[in-house]
Amino acid sequence: MTADPLLEVNDLHTTFATDAGPARAVDGVSFTVGRGETVGLVGESGCGKSVTALSILRLIDGAGRIEKGSRIVLEGRDLLSLSEREMRGVRGNRVAMIWQEPLSALNPVMTVGDQIAEVARVHAGASRADARAKAVEMLRLVGIADPEQRAHEYPHQLSGGMRQRVVIALALVMSPALLIADEPTTALDVTIQAQILELLAEVQQRMGMSILLITHDLGVVAETASRVIVMYAGEVVEEAGVRELFAAAHHPYTEGLMRAMPRVGGSAERLATIPGAVPPPTDWPHGCRFRERCPYAWELCEREHPPLYQIGDAHRSRCPLAIEPERRNHPHLPIAAATNAGAGA
Amino acid sequence: MTAVAGRSGASPLVSVRDLAVHFPVKKGLFGKPRGVVRAVDGVSFDVFPGETLALVGESGCGKTTTGRAVLRLVEATAGTILFDGTDVRALKAEPLRKLRRQMQIVFQDPFSSLNPRMTVGATVREGLIIHELAEGAEADARVRRLLEEVGLRPDQASRYPHELSGGQRQRVGIARALAVEPRFIVCDEPVSALDVSVQAQVVNLLQDLQRDRGLAYLFIAHDLSVVQHVADRVAVMYLGRIVETARGEALYDEPLMPYTQALLSAVPVPDPDAKRQRIVLMGDVPSPASPPSGCVFHPRCHHPAKDAACARIVPPLESKGESSGSGKDADTPHLVACIKQPPTSVDDATQRAAGATHSPQRYLPVVGAR
Repeated sequence: MTADPLLEVNDLHTTFATDAGPARAVDGVSFTVGRGETVGLVGESGCGKSVTALSILRLIDGAGRIEKGSRIVLEGRDLLSLSEREMRGVRGNRVAMIWQEPLSALNPVMTVGDQIAEVARVHAGASRADARAKAVEMLRLVGIADPEQRAHEYPHQLSGGMRQRVVIALALVMSPALLIADEPTTALDVTIQAQILELLAEVQQRMGMSILLITHDLGVVAETASRVIVMYAGEVVEEAGVRELFAAAHHPYTEGLMRAMPRVGGSAERLATIPGAVPPPTDWPHGCRFRERCPYAWELCEREHPPLYQIGDAHRSRCPLAIEPERRNHPHLPIAAATNAGAGA
Repeated sequence: MTAVAGRSGASPLVSVRDLAVHFPVKKGLFGKPRGVVRAVDGVSFDVFPGETLALVGESGCGKTTTGRAVLRLVEATAGTILFDGTDVRALKAEPLRKLRRQMQIVFQDPFSSLNPRMTVGATVREGLIIHELAEGAEADARVRRLLEEVGLRPDQASRYPHELSGGQRQRVGIARALAVEPRFIVCDEPVSALDVSVQAQVVNLLQDLQRDRGLAYLFIAHDLSVVQHVADRVAVMYLGRIVETARGEALYDEPLMPYTQALLSAVPVPDPDAKRQRIVLMGDVPSPASPPSGCVFHPRCHHPAKDAACARIVPPLESKGESSGSGKDADTPHLVACIKQPPTSVDDATQRAAGATHSPQRYLPVVGAR
């Protein structure tokens, strides 16, 4: 939590109309991102982390909508009250986004130089020559060797790692205050991932921007974020500084994720699992949404939807173990495990 | 060429020697081949009954092609593949079809590898029928048992793939492979597309099945942390070659090939206080259509003794002296393809003749990654 946050998301609800009824993909999410800070947004498929990002940019399409009462404030401006035209001035200029799959984020029939130059011309009104120079400068910034040469190449001529560098260059043309990176390294090989994470840290330092890093990989979070927000079933279930979270995860879901993660350096023993699977967003369970997969759940968890309990200064967890910690000493078999793993995953 | 040997005493179930798979590169629509992509270029290994050999490496290193070539899903250009003594490459269609009962594959993406118009039950049943293992009510009963064995409910036999989650689909893929009672399964990135919690469930399932059925796995993966959990032995591939192989513990404790070191050091560690030296490799993997001369890794290598000889001498995959592991696996050698990690059969005189300016020296920037 920062006194004067760059971004403040407050009670965000984003719902999609589906055949199975409304899907509450993001269901009351609140968090902040401070200036110059890297915040990790972590969770598994279907937890709502990408929809949260798209909501911040107001890129929710026809079937979905951001519900009334949600607030997204960037640099003091309420993004949800802006006109579409004003919003276009925010996207790319103040908030930029990079995606998992660099190839689909690039125009296949335009050289990478032209694509970067286009951003400079449209957003900054740069002249053709200035835009061209800017493109080369940006390619150099993201560590592409021979930028004058590479500017004339098409995306398909570049490797996956280089394409992601170009996508980052595109995002940084206007020196945004916030960069939203949605699984920026998931499609890349691990040695290339190391290069890209290093690059992101480097440009962040140089440009002083904030990063909202969306990932499923706790290792990536541990190495890049200063604060972590864990999402499950459309909600924030835990939030803490990165050290605190990895030293003492509080929510049973976070705890489960950390145990289930195979790690180089861990023991070669059997992996811990979380039984079952994430429930569908059209049908969040009542009470605690993690209850059926949780080894500690008791009747309170079914009766009441848990609030976010304050654990420490900057540590919050959506689990009543905060008020009944002794229950942690008596784990039991989760419902999802008892009713056969097949019911879940 | 030295084979990646396994346990002494037992004879290998799968034995691959000098396997090569080259794909022609054509120019234009009717063009003539203008070159070859050396996807797999001289790979040798054994897989013993009941054990897991992991093939690890990054995109384009040839690990998937190797797995498919072993099953003859792609045709090898050269080399021998023996399955329980049978020369797989020499088999005609009918005996090959029979042999495939014993060699199965589980794919990465369970969605694209399942027929969307076939129910789960029909998918698992198909192999039983084709190989005439069971029919009618008996086949149905076996399908139910298989589904239970992989952690699905028997009533899910009537479901279609799109009704299942990713983890459930992968369980169907595994049940389908198991239906014909194979002895050997190529697991091609079987958990890469799954979320962490589900990934752990499927990894454990594969291990349980191996224990219960004595299966041998060729486990193809890019994720070194998953591999550490499943593999008895690990072979690291780079540009179509095996560059290092050892028992898992030895490889993770003391990676000797500079590429393996970089690969291991690049894996993000879920510990914010972890102090590790990260080796960030420069540039990208070169094209297998024109691999670098000498050691294929030399343009990106960070070994302090790297010199001109590395660009001229193809490093043999050779033992680096120490036995690794203990007990029955004590004699599994740690093989490394690097003329700069001593000891090496490429002596100083030979290296100097090839332009070497540095003598081999033990270089271990990543120790105890395990």
